[in-house]
Amino acid sequence: MAKMKKQEEFEPKIVVFACNWCSYAGADTAGVSKIQYHHNVRLIRVMCSGRVNPAFVIKAFEQGADGVMVSGCHFGDCHYIFGNYQAKERFEMLKRLIHLLGLEKARLRLEWVSAAEGGRFAQVVNEFVEDVKKVGRSPLAPIKT
Amino acid sequence: MVVKEEVLKKTQAYYCIDCGKCTSVCPISRFNGGFSPRRILISSLTGRYEETLKDEKLYACLTCGLCGTRCPSDVKFEEFIKNSRFEGQKLGNLIPCAHGGAIQSLMRIMTSPSLEQKRLAWVPRGAQIAEKGEVAYFVGCLPYFDAFFTDLEVDSLRIAKSAIKILNRAEVEPVLLKNERCCGHDLLWAGDLENFKRLAQHNIDAIKESGAHTLITTCAECYRTFKIDYPAYMGPLPFKVLHIIEFLIDSISQGKLNFKKTRKKVTYQDPCRLGRHLGMYEQPRMVLSNIPALSLVEMERNQQNAICCGTSGWMNCDAISKRIQSYRLKSARQTGADLLITACPKCYIHFKCAMKDPKIGKELEIEIKDLTSIMADALGR
Repeated sequence: MAKMKKQEEFEPKIVVFACNWCSYAGADTAGVSKIQYHHNVRLIRVMCSGRVNPAFVIKAFEQGADGVMVSGCHFGDCHYIFGNYQAKERFEMLKRLIHLLGLEKARLRLEWVSAAEGGRFAQVVNEFVEDVKKVGRSPLAPIKT
Repeated sequence: MVVKEEVLKKTQAYYCIDCGKCTSVCPISRFNGGFSPRRILISSLTGRYEETLKDEKLYACLTCGLCGTRCPSDVKFEEFIKNSRFEGQKLGNLIPCAHGGAIQSLMRIMTSPSLEQKRLAWVPRGAQIAEKGEVAYFVGCLPYFDAFFTDLEVDSLRIAKSAIKILNRAEVEPVLLKNERCCGHDLLWAGDLENFKRLAQHNIDAIKESGAHTLITTCAECYRTFKIDYPAYMGPLPFKVLHIIEFLIDSISQGKLNFKKTRKKVTYQDPCRLGRHLGMYEQPRMVLSNIPALSLVEMERNQQNAICCGTSGWMNCDAISKRIQSYRLKSARQTGADLLITACPKCYIHFKCAMKDPKIGKELEIEIKDLTSIMADALGR
């Protein structure tokens, strides 16, 4: 790699859990409207943000994700009525665990994006990627399971 | 298969006389007729070991050791299960983990050498702790449990705070390791030997670095792991391991601690790791007898015959676990005691969880406290 002139920029690996009814559709809207956003994200569709077991997020970090975002419908809009409230509750617990593990809080994010907000989805993802780039590579990145 | 021979020989499984006492006493078999330690062992002995390894039932065992107390041939069934799980891990078995495997993931994260944990935020302000010293206190997973089980109203850090209070009162300034890891108990019993060894190495290095000669734990599982498994898999340890119960006995006999009157009727749950695995039956009762006016009543099944709290190593938490827990809690209530004492944070968490059951929870409710907490609360001036 000696030939490379510029040092390669750090490209974080980011996992986004997006709910089927709002955020995933929001990402779709972004795609249909041809709005560009960072390609660092790996989008995982779940039926509801309340489906995101804390274990999923911890597992993502274990396997070397630099950042994890959970994204669901706005409050009151949840397809399953209170799924996103549960997601919020679990997220509080996750924040505490991440803090204990000594990971920066910028690595974890909870967002509400509706199906119509394609532009907002792109903006949120871009912001998150920039934030994670600032804190750098996850200390857990080389772990293999 | 060479490994099989080795496992069967090491755990004395060849001596099995097929009497079935293990199955008749097993808490799982009692509520789940499909599970039988005898059948697992016999089918392994008669050439179906590979099937045993792939079977889910291998992970249903609580490894509580109750079968070992009855076995006329002294087969070490929990060792057999542990070693078989090592083999199962090599085959890539999917392990049925409770909580979606979150806790096991946390432990695997802790194997990372570059991790800088922030785990000492709970230390009370007035506590006297040291960076380096003779005695270290191993907190274990308590801060994580506290963060994870908030919805159960489990205050697991109270155990750690109580331990610091007791140690300070006995004029010991314990070292708290800034970056200690989980002891690895749960990964070991899930069969993940490789990651267990990594965790063990981190911990041994951290304790060596602190210069401590004595390590004190408040957890029955940490104690077993340090006492039996670390020497077995990592070689002899350069420090002494004590459970807080042993420390209390020493300090009380030296007259360093005294306790105030606590008018309570209590009953004691023997954790399987402390009781059957290490034979500490008398010591916790002796410690409790030092509190004036505290009366201890025994449950119907106690000491060697005590029933496990229903789940072990964060595996297989299911309806059977709930039934074992409710059986145990009901027998605790039957004694007429108003406080259930346990010496393992996991028993504490599991019983608390059973009491939260929306249907039968009310019938099971009893105040529950860790032994360390009650001793710290009863400390006199």
